[in-house]
Amino acid sequence: MADADVKTPVAEGGEAAPEAAEEAPKKPVDPDFEPEIIVFACHYCAYAAADLAGSMRLQYPSNIRMIKLPCTGKLEVIHLLKAIEAGADGVYAAGCLEGECHYLKGNLWARKRVNHVKDLLAEVGIEPERVEMYNMSSAMGAKFAEVATEFTERIKALGPNPVKRAGVDAHAAAREALGGAAMPDDPATSAATSEEGHAE
Amino acid sequence: MITAERKPLDEILALVGDKKKVLVAGCDTCVAICLTGGEKEAEILASELRIKAEQDGREAEIEHTAAIRQCEWEYLDMIADKVKDADIVVSMACGIGIQSMAEKFSPQLVVPAVNTNMLGMPQEHAVWLERCGACGDCVIGETAGICPVVRCSKSLMNGPCGGSHDGLCEVKTPEKEDLDCAWHLIWERLKEQGREDLMIKNRPPKKWNLSSSGGPRKMVREEAKPV
Repeated sequence: MADADVKTPVAEGGEAAPEAAEEAPKKPVDPDFEPEIIVFACHYCAYAAADLAGSMRLQYPSNIRMIKLPCTGKLEVIHLLKAIEAGADGVYAAGCLEGECHYLKGNLWARKRVNHVKDLLAEVGIEPERVEMYNMSSAMGAKFAEVATEFTERIKALGPNPVKRAGVDAHAAAREALGGAAMPDDPATSAATSEEGHAE
Repeated sequence: MITAERKPLDEILALVGDKKKVLVAGCDTCVAICLTGGEKEAEILASELRIKAEQDGREAEIEHTAAIRQCEWEYLDMIADKVKDADIVVSMACGIGIQSMAEKFSPQLVVPAVNTNMLGMPQEHAVWLERCGACGDCVIGETAGICPVVRCSKSLMNGPCGGSHDGLCEVKTPEKEDLDCAWHLIWERLKEQGREDLMIKNRPPKKWNLSSSGGPRKMVREEAKPV
């Protein structure tokens, strides 16, 4: 079920998809574009899955930069908006499998909020596909790499965030918006959040 | 509490026009409880407006703030500096708060970002139901604590009408699929209370002049006025 979610993630972006397809010829994909992607990862699943992906030596794009949360339920609408406002090209939340949240329903709340942010972005003329919600367990290292790759490809196809400004660090802005809700990185996985990337 | 719903962004953008310094002002009382216009929602709207301005290539300084209550002069003093510094204030308070703001800081431009819609009761998390019409002449002492003014679609004082079926009202819209018949509810509760006789009591026309149809209302408590 979770795999099906990954393959058809744009449930809310149905309206925007045809427009994007129409605009595609006007906005050719820049082969050199390297998107900046913020991942809000749950401590109990996605963050551990990222660790596992590293241990398994799986390759995934170095475009993603993680912020660890105690639960994706901690994520609020403003946190996702601030990341986009600060110029992140894409933002996704990665929480536990539905029904397996450590705090029972945090990931379900996160999905609702992500969907609400999609509506808000559509209102201001930003592609709703730039935000997404994924679910995975801590044992799904391969899924983590697959999601990171798929989402990065999606954002590469969309092109840069139209409100990106030079000199604004989206990752730092997203962390700041979260305040004390963001957890410090584990030393073992801190490479995943550094500028240089990881899993080389 | 007073409830409100946010206006569509296009309507807010049209009200703001090309003003550069915009202050989105939330109110942390009723509209915060109904998740429409508190500080959180003001921050979200400000972020949306900034993204939109950046998209359109417009220069804008958009900030947010919140008053504990926009409908009281004292609380407005606390955000006065920010208000005076702005070219326009987008208020997310109810209609009372917005007008208080416009009056206190006149001629500062204050525009609404929400539509104030009812005096509602939180039925469950994120669901509000209209419970009072502020009619100025409360009748629920005889109607088992259920208001026929706002809960009966026709505001009947001697109900139910012929449109009551299986406890439901004949007035149906997609949003009101299971609209209870207020007079059915009144009858059921009067039975529980053993006061069925009140159901057949004839109620003469209500004093609607005490409602908003009598013009703007004013309340003065002489005994409480400062000496």
